[in-house]
Amino acid sequence: MSFQAGVKPFLYKMKNQQLDITNEHCPMTFVKTKLALEQLDAGARLEVLLVEGEPLENVPKSATQQGYRVLEIKNISEKIYKITIEK
Amino acid sequence: MKKLSIICFSGDFDKTVAVLTMATGAAAVNYEVNLFFTFWGLNIIKSKKGRRFTGKGSLAKCFNFLQGGFENLPMSRLNFLGASPRMMTRLMQKRNVATCRELFKATIDLKVKLYACEMSMNILGTKKEDFIPEVKEVIGVPTFLELSSGGETLFI
Repeated sequence: MSFQAGVKPFLYKMKNQQLDITNEHCPMTFVKTKLALEQLDAGARLEVLLVEGEPLENVPKSATQQGYRVLEIKNISEKIYKITIEK
Repeated sequence: MKKLSIICFSGDFDKTVAVLTMATGAAAVNYEVNLFFTFWGLNIIKSKKGRRFTGKGSLAKCFNFLQGGFENLPMSRLNFLGASPRMMTRLMQKRNVATCRELFKATIDLKVKLYACEMSMNILGTKKEDFIPEVKEVIGVPTFLELSSGGETLFI
């Protein structure tokens, strides 16, 4: 099935994204999250994989402070969490 | 909007890592960030890689050649003739910590505002064209004070 002209770019922009920052440290945890969120269209979601401790405490907090909605924080394995942020 | 302004004076590798860590961290949590590069700090934002005889006049050319641009920032302690920053970069990569170059790229991606000091440029005989295009403006003290007013200011 092919998309009609004008529909595809809209769907493409709304596509949700995933970001793994489990191996990152401050400040790249926030930096990569912010840059990924900036590329999303309004309404799209970003799923971020991160470790407990400083990233888990501060990534959701800074996203909220910047006006994004943190929809879910889920523990998916030992020390690793998935947070879902909506732009 | 909260604001952080940093006077980047030293041009040392380790202090530049500190500047860029603070700048990217602050920009990522929505601070307005201004970096004012002055004196040795101008070496960080040179556009040409490696040791170049840039600048006006033989003495200025020598100073710019010896500084050697972003790739040759010296460590403030235990520099070991330039071996130390390279070893530290390898250690940073091994420990999954952003390197100086990665932090600088993030600084540009986050649209941190970069400014060059007019007075230092005059001493070292450099022009705006000798710096990377992301350098927004060449400014003096009054403009920097105006830009930084109402926020935090650091001297590194």
